[in-house]
Amino acid sequence: MNRTFLYGSHKILGAKFVNFSGWEMPIHYGSQINEHNCVRNDLGIFDVSHMNIFDFEGTEAQKFLRYVLTNDVGKVENSCALYSVITNEKGGIIDDLIVYKFNNENFRVVSNCSTFENVKAFFEHNIKRFDCELIHQSNLGILAIQGPKSETSIESMLGLDLSGCKGFSFIVKNSLFISRTGYTGEDGFEIIGEFEELKKIWDLCISKNISPIGLGARDTLRVEAGMNLNGTDMTIENNPFESNLGWVVDFNDIERDFIAKKRLAEIKKTNQFKLVGVLLKEKGILRGGQKIIKGNIEGEITSGTFSPFMKKSIGLARVPIDVDDSADVLIRNKPLNVKILSLPFVRKGKIMI
Amino acid sequence: MNETPSDLKFLDTHEWIKIDDDAVIVGISDHAQSELGDVVFVELPAIGDEFVSGDEAAVVESVKAASEVYTPLSGEVIEVNEVLEENPELVNTSPYEDGWFFKLKVTDENLGSADNMMTADEYLSWLDGNN
Repeated sequence: MNRTFLYGSHKILGAKFVNFSGWEMPIHYGSQINEHNCVRNDLGIFDVSHMNIFDFEGTEAQKFLRYVLTNDVGKVENSCALYSVITNEKGGIIDDLIVYKFNNENFRVVSNCSTFENVKAFFEHNIKRFDCELIHQSNLGILAIQGPKSETSIESMLGLDLSGCKGFSFIVKNSLFISRTGYTGEDGFEIIGEFEELKKIWDLCISKNISPIGLGARDTLRVEAGMNLNGTDMTIENNPFESNLGWVVDFNDIERDFIAKKRLAEIKKTNQFKLVGVLLKEKGILRGGQKIIKGNIEGEITSGTFSPFMKKSIGLARVPIDVDDSADVLIRNKPLNVKILSLPFVRKGKIMI
Repeated sequence: MNETPSDLKFLDTHEWIKIDDDAVIVGISDHAQSELGDVVFVELPAIGDEFVSGDEAAVVESVKAASEVYTPLSGEVIEVNEVLEENPELVNTSPYEDGWFFKLKVTDENLGSADNMMTADEYLSWLDGNN
Protein backbone atom coordinates (compact mmCIF):
# COMPACT_ATOMS: atom_id res chain seq x y z
CA MET A 1 0.00 0.00 0.00
CA ASN A 2 1.16 3.58 -0.70
CA ARG A 3 2.04 5.83 2.22
CA THR A 4 2.66 9.57 2.27
CA PHE A 5 5.89 11.05 3.65
CA LEU A 6 3.96 11.81 6.86
CA TYR A 7 2.96 8.21 7.61
CA GLY A 8 5.39 8.00 10.56
CA SER A 9 4.04 11.26 12.00
CA HIS A 10 0.46 10.00 11.77
CA LYS A 11 1.45 6.81 13.54
CA ILE A 12 3.11 8.69 16.42
CA LEU A 13 -0.06 10.79 16.78
CA GLY A 14 -2.10 7.61 17.26
CA ALA A 15 -3.87 7.62 13.90
CA LYS A 16 -6.23 4.83 12.98
CA PHE A 17 -5.54 4.05 9.34
CA VAL A 18 -7.79 3.16 6.43
CA ASN A 19 -7.11 1.95 2.92
CA PHE A 20 -8.17 4.86 0.72
CA SER A 21 -7.79 3.85 -2.93
CA GLY A 22 -4.54 2.03 -2.23
CA TRP A 23 -3.21 4.65 0.20
CA GLU A 24 -2.82 3.94 3.91
CA MET A 25 -4.26 7.18 5.28
CA PRO A 26 -5.33 8.35 8.75
CA ILE A 27 -9.13 8.12 9.20
CA HIS A 28 -8.96 9.78 12.63
CA TYR A 29 -6.57 10.35 15.52
CA GLY A 30 -9.03 9.47 18.31
CA SER A 31 -12.32 11.20 17.65
CA GLN A 32 -13.64 12.12 14.22
CA ILE A 33 -16.31 14.35 15.79
CA ASN A 34 -13.79 16.37 17.81
CA GLU A 35 -11.61 16.78 14.72
CA HIS A 36 -14.61 17.94 12.71
CA ASN A 37 -15.56 20.56 15.30
CA CYS A 38 -11.95 21.77 15.54
CA VAL A 39 -12.07 22.75 11.87
CA ARG A 40 -15.49 24.45 12.17
CA ASN A 41 -14.60 26.38 15.33
CA ASP A 42 -10.84 26.79 15.27
CA LEU A 43 -8.50 25.11 12.82
CA GLY A 44 -6.92 21.81 11.86
CA ILE A 45 -4.27 20.36 9.57
CA PHE A 46 -4.77 17.58 7.02
CA ASP A 47 -2.27 15.51 5.08
CA VAL A 48 -3.78 15.21 1.60
CA SER A 49 -0.60 14.22 -0.19
CA HIS A 50 -2.39 11.23 -1.72
CA MET A 51 -3.98 13.65 -4.18
CA ASN A 52 -2.37 14.24 -7.57
CA ILE A 53 -0.58 17.29 -8.87
CA PHE A 54 -0.18 17.81 -12.61
CA ASP A 55 1.66 20.80 -14.04
CA PHE A 56 1.07 21.99 -17.62
CA GLU A 57 3.70 24.05 -19.41
CA GLY A 58 3.84 25.31 -22.98
CA THR A 59 2.72 28.03 -25.37
CA GLU A 60 -0.63 26.25 -25.79
CA ALA A 61 -1.20 25.32 -22.15
CA GLN A 62 -4.25 27.59 -21.88
CA LYS A 63 -5.58 26.48 -25.24
CA PHE A 64 -5.26 22.86 -24.13
CA LEU A 65 -7.01 23.39 -20.78
CA ARG A 66 -9.80 25.40 -22.42
CA TYR A 67 -10.41 22.31 -24.55
CA VAL A 68 -10.27 19.58 -21.88
CA LEU A 69 -12.00 21.30 -18.94
CA THR A 70 -15.74 22.07 -18.94
CA ASN A 71 -15.07 25.31 -17.07
CA ASP A 72 -13.20 28.05 -18.91
CA VAL A 73 -9.69 28.92 -17.67
CA GLY A 74 -9.78 31.77 -20.21
CA LYS A 75 -11.80 33.82 -17.73
CA VAL A 76 -9.33 33.28 -14.87
CA GLU A 77 -6.74 35.89 -13.84
CA ASN A 78 -3.14 34.94 -13.14
CA SER A 79 -2.59 33.62 -9.58
CA CYS A 80 -6.22 32.49 -9.37
CA ALA A 81 -7.90 29.10 -9.23
CA LEU A 82 -10.95 27.53 -10.85
CA TYR A 83 -13.02 24.46 -10.00
CA SER A 84 -13.94 22.24 -12.95
CA VAL A 85 -14.70 18.73 -14.09
CA ILE A 86 -13.32 16.70 -16.95
CA THR A 87 -15.72 14.46 -18.86
CA ASN A 88 -15.64 11.78 -21.50
CA GLU A 89 -17.22 12.29 -24.95
CA LYS A 90 -20.65 11.43 -23.51
CA GLY A 91 -20.41 14.12 -20.83
CA GLY A 92 -19.80 11.55 -18.05
CA ILE A 93 -17.65 12.86 -15.22
CA ILE A 94 -14.10 11.46 -15.11
CA ASP A 95 -13.04 13.63 -12.17
CA ASP A 96 -13.41 17.00 -10.54
CA LEU A 97 -10.35 19.16 -9.98
CA ILE A 98 -8.98 22.59 -9.20
CA VAL A 99 -6.85 24.31 -11.82
CA TYR A 100 -4.41 27.07 -10.81
CA LYS A 101 -3.24 29.61 -13.37
CA PHE A 102 0.29 31.02 -13.07
CA ASN A 103 -0.01 32.57 -16.54
CA ASN A 104 -1.23 31.55 -20.02
CA GLU A 105 1.66 29.10 -20.39
CA ASN A 106 1.82 27.62 -16.88
CA PHE A 107 -0.95 25.88 -14.97
CA ARG A 108 -1.26 23.43 -12.10
CA VAL A 109 -4.09 20.92 -11.64
CA VAL A 110 -4.89 19.04 -8.42
CA SER A 111 -7.14 16.02 -8.88
CA ASN A 112 -8.35 13.06 -6.84
CA CYS A 113 -6.34 10.12 -5.65
CA SER A 114 -8.72 7.36 -6.74
CA THR A 115 -8.86 8.49 -10.38
CA PHE A 116 -5.12 8.88 -10.99
CA GLU A 117 -4.78 6.40 -13.89
CA ASN A 118 -7.88 7.63 -15.72
CA VAL A 119 -7.04 11.30 -15.31
CA LYS A 120 -3.44 10.82 -16.41
CA ALA A 121 -4.55 8.81 -19.45
CA PHE A 122 -7.16 11.45 -20.30
CA PHE A 123 -4.63 14.28 -20.24
CA GLU A 124 -1.97 12.27 -22.10
CA HIS A 125 -4.42 11.29 -24.83
CA ASN A 126 -5.71 14.82 -25.42
CA ILE A 127 -2.46 16.75 -25.05
CA LYS A 128 -0.77 15.29 -28.15
CA ARG A 129 -1.90 17.94 -30.65
CA PHE A 130 -1.04 20.88 -28.38
CA ASP A 131 2.29 22.55 -27.66
CA CYS A 132 2.02 21.70 -24.00
CA GLU A 133 3.86 19.39 -21.66
CA LEU A 134 2.34 17.41 -18.79
CA ILE A 135 4.41 16.89 -15.63
CA HIS A 136 3.10 14.65 -12.85
CA GLN A 137 4.62 16.10 -9.66
CA SER A 138 5.00 12.94 -7.59
CA ASN A 139 7.71 14.54 -5.44
CA LEU A 140 5.43 17.21 -4.02
CA GLY A 141 2.99 16.83 -1.12
CA ILE A 142 -0.12 18.74 -0.05
CA LEU A 143 -1.16 19.95 3.40
CA ALA A 144 -4.53 21.57 4.05
CA ILE A 145 -4.86 24.00 6.96
CA GLN A 146 -8.54 24.77 7.37
CA GLY A 147 -10.71 26.66 9.81
CA PRO A 148 -11.58 30.23 10.80
CA LYS A 149 -8.20 30.75 12.48
CA SER A 150 -6.12 29.41 9.59
CA GLU A 151 -5.10 32.78 8.14
CA THR A 152 -3.69 34.29 11.35
CA SER A 153 -2.16 31.00 12.35
CA ILE A 154 -0.27 30.45 9.08
CA GLU A 155 0.78 34.10 8.97
CA SER A 156 2.40 33.92 12.38
CA MET A 157 3.93 30.46 11.93
CA LEU A 158 5.42 31.06 8.50
CA GLY A 159 5.95 34.82 8.74
CA LEU A 160 3.74 35.50 5.71
CA ASP A 161 1.20 38.13 4.76
CA LEU A 162 -1.85 36.35 3.37
CA SER A 163 -4.15 39.38 3.19
CA GLY A 164 -3.62 39.59 -0.57
CA CYS A 165 -4.43 35.91 -1.05
CA LYS A 166 -8.21 36.02 -1.49
CA GLY A 167 -10.52 33.03 -1.89
CA PHE A 168 -9.58 30.90 -4.91
CA SER A 169 -6.27 32.65 -5.41
CA PHE A 170 -2.73 31.59 -4.57
CA ILE A 171 0.74 32.88 -3.82
CA VAL A 172 4.17 31.35 -4.35
CA LYS A 173 6.63 31.99 -1.55
CA ASN A 174 10.12 30.52 -1.95
CA SER A 175 9.44 26.84 -2.68
CA LEU A 176 5.91 26.86 -1.24
CA PHE A 177 2.69 27.15 -3.23
CA ILE A 178 -0.12 28.43 -0.98
CA SER A 179 -3.72 28.63 -2.21
CA ARG A 180 -6.85 29.78 -0.41
CA THR A 181 -8.85 26.68 -1.31
CA GLY A 182 -10.18 23.65 0.52
CA TYR A 183 -12.83 20.98 0.94
CA THR A 184 -14.43 21.92 4.24
CA GLY A 185 -16.68 24.94 3.69
CA GLU A 186 -14.46 26.97 6.02
CA ASP A 187 -11.81 29.54 5.25
CA GLY A 188 -8.53 27.74 4.73
CA PHE A 189 -5.41 27.13 2.73
CA GLU A 190 -3.73 24.32 0.87
CA ILE A 191 0.05 24.24 0.80
CA ILE A 192 2.00 22.39 -1.87
CA GLY A 193 5.71 21.85 -1.46
CA GLU A 194 8.57 19.41 -1.21
CA PHE A 195 8.22 16.69 1.42
CA GLU A 196 10.97 18.05 3.68
CA GLU A 197 9.52 21.55 3.73
CA LEU A 198 6.01 20.29 4.41
CA LYS A 199 7.23 17.97 7.16
CA LYS A 200 8.66 21.07 8.93
CA ILE A 201 5.31 22.86 8.62
CA TRP A 202 3.43 19.79 9.85
CA ASP A 203 5.74 19.45 12.88
CA LEU A 204 5.44 23.15 13.62
CA CYS A 205 1.63 22.94 13.54
CA ILE A 206 1.61 19.90 15.85
CA SER A 207 4.00 21.68 18.26
CA LYS A 208 1.51 24.60 18.32
CA ASN A 209 -1.26 22.14 19.27
CA ILE A 210 -3.05 22.45 15.94
CA SER A 211 -5.21 19.32 15.63
CA PRO A 212 -4.37 16.80 12.95
CA ILE A 213 -7.54 15.90 11.04
CA GLY A 214 -8.22 12.53 9.42
CA LEU A 215 -10.13 11.59 6.29
CA GLY A 216 -13.21 10.78 8.40
CA ALA A 217 -13.73 14.40 9.41
CA ARG A 218 -12.70 15.53 5.93
CA ASP A 219 -15.70 13.57 4.65
CA THR A 220 -18.26 14.90 7.18
CA LEU A 221 -16.97 18.45 6.64
CA ARG A 222 -17.39 18.23 2.88
CA VAL A 223 -20.89 16.70 3.17
CA GLU A 224 -21.96 19.59 5.43
CA ALA A 225 -20.38 21.95 2.87
CA GLY A 226 -22.42 20.25 0.11
CA MET A 227 -19.33 19.29 -1.87
CA ASN A 228 -19.30 16.19 -4.04
CA LEU A 229 -16.97 13.26 -3.64
CA ASN A 230 -16.07 11.77 -7.00
CA GLY A 231 -16.84 8.04 -7.14
CA THR A 232 -19.58 8.49 -4.53
CA ASP A 233 -21.84 11.40 -5.46
CA MET A 234 -20.87 11.24 -9.11
CA THR A 235 -19.27 8.68 -11.41
CA ILE A 236 -18.51 8.34 -15.10
CA GLU A 237 -22.24 7.47 -15.46
CA ASN A 238 -23.28 10.93 -14.24
CA ASN A 239 -23.28 14.24 -16.07
CA PRO A 240 -22.48 17.58 -14.36
CA PHE A 241 -26.09 18.80 -14.51
CA GLU A 242 -27.41 15.95 -12.38
CA SER A 243 -24.44 16.39 -10.02
CA ASN A 244 -25.11 19.98 -8.89
CA LEU A 245 -22.26 21.05 -11.18
CA GLY A 246 -24.06 22.66 -14.12
CA TRP A 247 -22.29 25.89 -13.09
CA VAL A 248 -18.89 24.45 -14.04
CA VAL A 249 -19.94 23.86 -17.66
CA ASP A 250 -19.25 27.22 -19.28
CA PHE A 251 -20.91 27.85 -22.67
CA ASN A 252 -20.40 31.64 -22.56
CA ASP A 253 -17.62 31.87 -25.14
CA ILE A 254 -19.31 30.49 -28.26
CA GLU A 255 -15.91 30.32 -29.99
CA ARG A 256 -14.57 27.85 -27.44
CA ASP A 257 -14.77 24.16 -28.27
CA PHE A 258 -14.41 21.68 -25.42
CA ILE A 259 -14.82 17.94 -24.97
CA ALA A 260 -18.49 16.85 -25.16
CA LYS A 261 -19.64 20.46 -25.67
CA LYS A 262 -22.51 19.50 -27.99
CA ARG A 263 -23.54 16.56 -25.88
CA LEU A 264 -23.48 18.64 -22.68
CA ALA A 265 -25.62 21.34 -24.32
CA GLU A 266 -28.23 18.66 -25.14
CA ILE A 267 -28.04 17.18 -21.65
CA LYS A 268 -28.56 20.61 -20.14
CA LYS A 269 -31.94 20.79 -21.90
CA THR A 270 -33.12 17.23 -21.26
CA ASN A 271 -31.61 16.40 -17.86
CA GLN A 272 -34.12 14.74 -15.50
CA PHE A 273 -32.20 14.53 -12.21
CA LYS A 274 -30.57 16.78 -9.68
CA LEU A 275 -28.29 16.39 -6.68
CA VAL A 276 -29.76 17.88 -3.51
CA GLY A 277 -29.30 17.97 0.23
CA VAL A 278 -31.45 15.76 2.46
CA LEU A 279 -32.10 16.13 6.16
CA LEU A 280 -33.51 13.19 8.13
CA LYS A 281 -36.47 14.36 10.24
CA GLU A 282 -36.57 11.18 12.34
CA LYS A 283 -34.08 9.11 14.31
CA GLY A 284 -31.50 7.21 12.30
CA ILE A 285 -28.54 7.80 10.02
CA LEU A 286 -28.66 8.36 6.27
CA ARG A 287 -26.17 6.28 4.26
CA GLY A 288 -25.19 6.14 0.61
CA GLY A 289 -27.33 3.68 -1.37
CA GLN A 290 -30.57 4.17 0.59
CA LYS A 291 -33.62 4.68 -1.65
CA ILE A 292 -35.71 7.83 -1.61
CA ILE A 293 -39.38 7.45 -2.51
CA LYS A 294 -42.30 9.79 -3.01
CA GLY A 295 -45.25 8.35 -4.90
CA ASN A 296 -43.84 7.14 -8.20
CA ILE A 297 -40.70 9.17 -7.76
CA GLU A 298 -37.54 7.34 -6.85
CA GLY A 299 -34.12 8.67 -5.94
CA GLU A 300 -31.06 7.58 -4.02
CA ILE A 301 -28.84 8.86 -1.23
CA THR A 302 -25.30 9.20 -2.60
CA SER A 303 -23.58 10.27 0.64
CA GLY A 304 -25.11 10.07 4.09
CA THR A 305 -23.71 10.66 7.52
CA PHE A 306 -24.22 12.20 10.92
CA SER A 307 -23.48 15.93 10.88
CA PRO A 308 -21.35 16.72 13.93
CA PHE A 309 -22.03 20.45 13.54
CA MET A 310 -25.83 20.22 13.13
CA LYS A 311 -26.14 17.09 15.27
CA LYS A 312 -28.56 15.65 12.73
CA SER A 313 -28.29 13.13 9.97
CA ILE A 314 -27.75 14.69 6.55
CA GLY A 315 -26.82 13.54 3.09
CA LEU A 316 -26.62 14.23 -0.59
CA ALA A 317 -29.16 12.56 -2.87
CA ARG A 318 -29.85 12.25 -6.58
CA VAL A 319 -33.57 12.76 -7.19
CA PRO A 320 -35.83 13.61 -10.14
CA ILE A 321 -35.88 17.38 -10.81
CA ASP A 322 -39.60 17.72 -10.02
CA VAL A 323 -39.42 16.29 -6.48
CA ASP A 324 -40.90 18.63 -3.85
CA ASP A 325 -39.45 19.42 -0.44
CA SER A 326 -40.46 16.27 1.42
CA ALA A 327 -40.01 12.54 0.74
CA ASP A 328 -39.32 9.23 2.46
CA VAL A 329 -36.02 7.40 2.76
CA LEU A 330 -35.96 3.63 3.25
CA ILE A 331 -33.69 2.68 6.14
CA ARG A 332 -33.66 -1.06 6.86
CA ASN A 333 -36.99 -1.24 4.97
CA LYS A 334 -38.64 1.41 7.15
CA PRO A 335 -39.81 4.64 5.47
CA LEU A 336 -38.59 7.71 7.37
CA ASN A 337 -39.32 11.33 6.49
CA VAL A 338 -36.61 13.49 4.91
CA LYS A 339 -36.62 17.14 3.93
CA ILE A 340 -35.20 17.97 0.49
CA LEU A 341 -32.99 21.06 0.55
CA SER A 342 -30.63 23.03 -1.61
CA LEU A 343 -26.95 22.82 -0.70
CA PRO A 344 -24.84 23.66 1.26
CA PHE A 345 -25.84 22.77 4.82
CA VAL A 346 -22.99 24.69 6.43
CA ARG A 347 -20.74 27.50 5.20
CA LYS A 348 -18.13 29.37 7.28
CA GLY A 349 -19.41 28.21 10.65
CA LYS A 350 -23.07 28.95 9.86
CA ILE A 351 -25.97 26.57 9.28
CA MET A 352 -27.48 27.59 5.94
CA ILE A 353 -30.76 25.64 5.93
CA MET B 1 -8.66 1.94 26.70
CA ASN B 2 -11.32 0.46 28.99
CA GLU B 3 -10.41 -2.34 31.41
CA THR B 4 -11.97 -5.65 30.41
CA PRO B 5 -14.09 -6.98 33.32
CA SER B 6 -13.22 -10.58 34.07
CA ASP B 7 -16.83 -11.65 34.72
CA LEU B 8 -17.90 -11.14 31.10
CA LYS B 9 -18.02 -13.69 28.29
CA PHE B 10 -17.22 -12.73 24.70
CA LEU B 11 -18.13 -13.73 21.15
CA ASP B 12 -15.99 -13.54 18.04
CA THR B 13 -18.48 -10.97 16.72
CA HIS B 14 -17.33 -8.69 19.60
CA GLU B 15 -20.46 -8.78 21.75
CA TRP B 16 -20.11 -9.42 25.47
CA ILE B 17 -22.62 -10.94 27.89
CA LYS B 18 -22.94 -10.65 31.63
CA ILE B 19 -24.98 -13.32 33.40
CA ASP B 20 -27.45 -11.90 35.91
CA ASP B 21 -29.47 -14.80 37.41
CA ASP B 22 -31.76 -16.06 34.65
CA ALA B 23 -31.01 -13.11 32.38
CA VAL B 24 -28.03 -11.84 30.42
CA ILE B 25 -26.98 -8.28 29.68
CA VAL B 26 -25.53 -7.73 26.18
CA GLY B 27 -23.12 -5.07 24.96
CA ILE B 28 -20.19 -4.64 22.57
CA SER B 29 -16.52 -4.82 23.47
CA ASP B 30 -14.06 -1.99 23.90
CA HIS B 31 -12.27 -3.23 20.80
CA ALA B 32 -15.54 -3.06 18.81
CA GLN B 33 -16.36 0.50 19.90
CA SER B 34 -12.81 1.59 19.10
CA GLU B 35 -13.05 0.08 15.61
CA LEU B 36 -16.42 1.77 15.00
CA GLY B 37 -15.29 5.23 16.07
CA ASP B 38 -17.69 7.87 17.45
CA VAL B 39 -21.08 6.20 17.97
CA VAL B 40 -23.92 8.54 17.00
CA PHE B 41 -27.02 6.31 16.89
CA VAL B 42 -28.23 3.07 18.45
CA GLU B 43 -31.37 1.21 17.37
CA LEU B 44 -32.53 -1.03 20.22
CA PRO B 45 -34.94 -3.96 20.15
CA ALA B 46 -38.39 -3.65 21.75
CA ILE B 47 -39.20 -5.15 25.12
CA GLY B 48 -40.92 -8.48 24.48
CA ASP B 49 -38.98 -9.21 21.26
CA GLU B 50 -37.94 -12.84 21.11
CA PHE B 51 -34.67 -13.78 19.48
CA VAL B 52 -32.80 -16.92 18.53
CA SER B 53 -29.05 -16.76 19.11
CA GLY B 54 -27.34 -15.18 16.12
CA ASP B 55 -30.31 -12.93 15.28
CA GLU B 56 -29.68 -9.28 14.56
CA ALA B 57 -31.07 -7.59 17.68
CA ALA B 58 -29.75 -4.04 17.54
CA VAL B 59 -27.91 -1.67 15.22
CA VAL B 60 -25.06 0.59 16.25
CA GLU B 61 -24.05 3.42 13.93
CA SER B 62 -20.86 5.45 14.10
CA VAL B 63 -20.23 8.53 11.99
CA LYS B 64 -18.71 6.25 9.38
CA ALA B 65 -20.82 3.08 9.27
CA ALA B 66 -23.70 0.97 10.57
CA SER B 67 -23.06 -2.39 12.29
CA GLU B 68 -25.38 -5.08 13.55
CA VAL B 69 -25.38 -6.34 17.11
CA TYR B 70 -26.20 -10.05 17.23
CA THR B 71 -27.83 -11.67 20.20
CA PRO B 72 -25.44 -14.22 21.66
CA LEU B 73 -28.20 -16.33 23.24
CA SER B 74 -31.83 -17.14 22.55
CA GLY B 75 -34.35 -15.38 24.75
CA GLU B 76 -36.84 -12.59 25.31
CA VAL B 77 -35.88 -8.92 25.68
CA ILE B 78 -36.90 -7.74 29.17
CA GLU B 79 -35.02 -4.45 29.36
CA VAL B 80 -33.27 -2.05 26.98
CA ASN B 81 -30.79 0.73 27.73
CA GLU B 82 -32.97 3.66 26.66
CA VAL B 83 -30.29 6.12 27.76
CA LEU B 84 -28.41 5.20 24.57
CA GLU B 85 -31.10 6.84 22.44
CA GLU B 86 -30.09 10.25 23.77
CA ASN B 87 -26.47 9.44 24.67
CA PRO B 88 -25.13 6.94 22.12
CA GLU B 89 -21.57 8.05 22.92
CA LEU B 90 -21.79 5.95 26.13
CA VAL B 91 -20.99 2.98 23.89
CA ASN B 92 -17.57 4.60 23.34
CA THR B 93 -16.92 5.94 26.80
CA SER B 94 -18.30 3.05 28.87
CA PRO B 95 -18.73 -0.07 26.74
CA TYR B 96 -18.84 -2.44 29.72
CA GLU B 97 -21.00 -0.39 32.11
CA ASP B 98 -23.27 2.46 30.99
CA GLY B 99 -23.07 1.49 27.32
CA TRP B 100 -24.92 -1.87 27.59
CA PHE B 101 -27.59 -2.55 24.94
CA PHE B 102 -30.31 -4.92 26.19
CA LYS B 103 -31.16 -7.60 28.73
CA LEU B 104 -32.50 -11.00 27.72
CA LYS B 105 -34.40 -13.53 29.80
CA VAL B 106 -32.99 -16.92 28.91
CA THR B 107 -33.84 -20.49 29.87
CA ASP B 108 -31.31 -22.57 31.83
CA GLU B 109 -30.88 -24.75 28.79
CA ASN B 110 -29.96 -21.75 26.62
CA LEU B 111 -27.75 -20.30 29.29
CA GLY B 112 -25.60 -23.40 29.05
CA SER B 113 -24.25 -22.28 25.68
CA ALA B 114 -22.49 -19.39 27.44
CA ASP B 115 -19.98 -21.99 28.63
CA ASN B 116 -18.63 -22.15 25.07
CA MET B 117 -18.00 -18.42 24.87
CA MET B 118 -14.59 -16.84 25.42
CA THR B 119 -13.52 -15.54 28.81
CA ALA B 120 -12.11 -12.01 28.94
CA ASP B 121 -8.53 -13.35 28.83
CA GLU B 122 -9.32 -15.69 25.95
CA TYR B 123 -10.98 -12.85 24.02
CA LEU B 124 -8.02 -10.51 24.51
CA SER B 125 -5.49 -13.09 23.39
CA TRP B 126 -7.73 -14.01 20.44
CA LEU B 127 -7.75 -10.30 19.45
CA ASP B 128 -3.95 -10.19 19.75
CA GLY B 129 -3.68 -13.21 17.52
CA ASN B 130 -5.80 -11.50 14.86
CA ASN B 131 -3.77 -8.32 14.76
